[in-house]
Amino acid sequence: MAAGKSPKIELRGVKKRFGPKVVLDGIDLTLDAGSSLVIIGGSGTGKSVTIKCILGILTPDEGRIFVDGIDVTHARGRTRDAMLKKFGMLFQAAALFDSLPVWENVAFGLIQGRGVGRKKAREIAIEKLAKVGLGADVAQLSPAELSGGMQKRVGLARAIAADPEIIFFDEPTTGLDPIMADVINDLIVSTVKDLGVTTLSITHDMASARKISSRIAMLYAGKIIWDGPTSQIDQSGNPYVDQFIHGRAEGPIKMEVRR
Amino acid sequence: MNIFAPIGRVFLAFLAETGRLSLFTFSAVTHIVRAPIYWRMMWQQTLRIGYFSLPVVGLTAFFTGGALALQIYVGSNRFGVESVVPNIVVLGITRELGPVIAGLMVAGRVAAAIAAELGTMRVTEQIDALTTLSTNPMKYLVVPRLVASVITLPLLVLVADAIGVFGGYVVSTQSLGFNGATYIKNTVDFVTNGDVSSGVIKAAVFGFVIALMGCYNGFHSRGGAQGVGAATTNAVVSSSILILAANYFLTSVLFQR
Repeated sequence: MAAGKSPKIELRGVKKRFGPKVVLDGIDLTLDAGSSLVIIGGSGTGKSVTIKCILGILTPDEGRIFVDGIDVTHARGRTRDAMLKKFGMLFQAAALFDSLPVWENVAFGLIQGRGVGRKKAREIAIEKLAKVGLGADVAQLSPAELSGGMQKRVGLARAIAADPEIIFFDEPTTGLDPIMADVINDLIVSTVKDLGVTTLSITHDMASARKISSRIAMLYAGKIIWDGPTSQIDQSGNPYVDQFIHGRAEGPIKMEVRR
Repeated sequence: MNIFAPIGRVFLAFLAETGRLSLFTFSAVTHIVRAPIYWRMMWQQTLRIGYFSLPVVGLTAFFTGGALALQIYVGSNRFGVESVVPNIVVLGITRELGPVIAGLMVAGRVAAAIAAELGTMRVTEQIDALTTLSTNPMKYLVVPRLVASVITLPLLVLVADAIGVFGGYVVSTQSLGFNGATYIKNTVDFVTNGDVSSGVIKAAVFGFVIALMGCYNGFHSRGGAQGVGAATTNAVVSSSILILAANYFLTSVLFQR
């Protein structure tokens, strides 16, 4: 790889605010190729905003974002298309296109984004569905006919369909029962291992975070307050991290409860 | 309390909204000519916006033409000039009522459907998902609807014109005692290309307004079911108002005397 030296993704001093509310207040983060980072943090701390900034769905107010050493902060047109082709994403509620059958959902990026023929794309879709443990009989169904866990699997199949280099997981286990959550975690771990991709996940499910990550970063008040290997999360020595991973109501993090 | 503060706030919000809409329009229009073009989506939308609006537009045009004939008959009867009924019916339908009725009906049907569909896609992150699948939502969602609407609305108006005139014909011959052949001859002799084409031009503009307001409101809907509901309402209300306003300005430009 020519860009082997530069990290896969790098964020430098990224700031984003909506009106008077500062959501990201100078985020610095690097992801090396092949690593699995999980960003943890409470609801509304800007985890999703971080991901949307990297994808260019939102534009940061300040700071720079690099993918493979290329500045993509304000990328448009072809640069942006080329950048987006490296990504796959699993959305929180799967975000499947309900107007299309399952196989077309999985094949969507191939057909629309890369101009693969429909017949070929269908074969690839069925192959990817098999990878997430779904049979060919599911391919013809509409997403509305599937359970939440199956929708997540289809979403995962869609995220890996075009062989991305980087996969984002947005709350992969939210809304699933504990067993299905673990099944999804296993699927994530095995697909990541098979494909050798770089992953960035956001979650507040600690069991999931421990399982699918090699590194954890905690986002609080718009900043990364802790960043280290997953194995050291219990010895972080950071009261914010401790409060979060043990899920205590008492501690330095005060939940904003409006009167 | 400073009474100017809320006035200023409303004014600033209005300016911001206008700016957002202008940027959205500019982006949508420039994406029309840039590859890739999603022909399949365009065809699908042409069917949904144009073909499936035919019954609604046809029925309203028929009854409007009929009511128009009745009213003109009542009015002209007082002066003993009932013979103008076919002339005024065809003029009224092709110049004003055809495009406006078709525009408003399609606004209710299509702008609402577009806003609800895209709004739901927005709040369920399906629009963001498009981006992550290397597909530009502007090109994939907005352009096909815009193009389909601009192309099909003029065609719908031509149909509405024909059915509206037919509605007037049915009422005039069946209950007002007109001779069928004379009625048709008067209609055909009187109507000019300018009457019909002015309505078609209006229709194209209305088509643009309908799809644009549907897409814009859908794209910017926030916060779940309530947000989608608000977007749908806004799409119908704003496109209806813009259609009537645009109709006035187009009439004053097209029929300058």
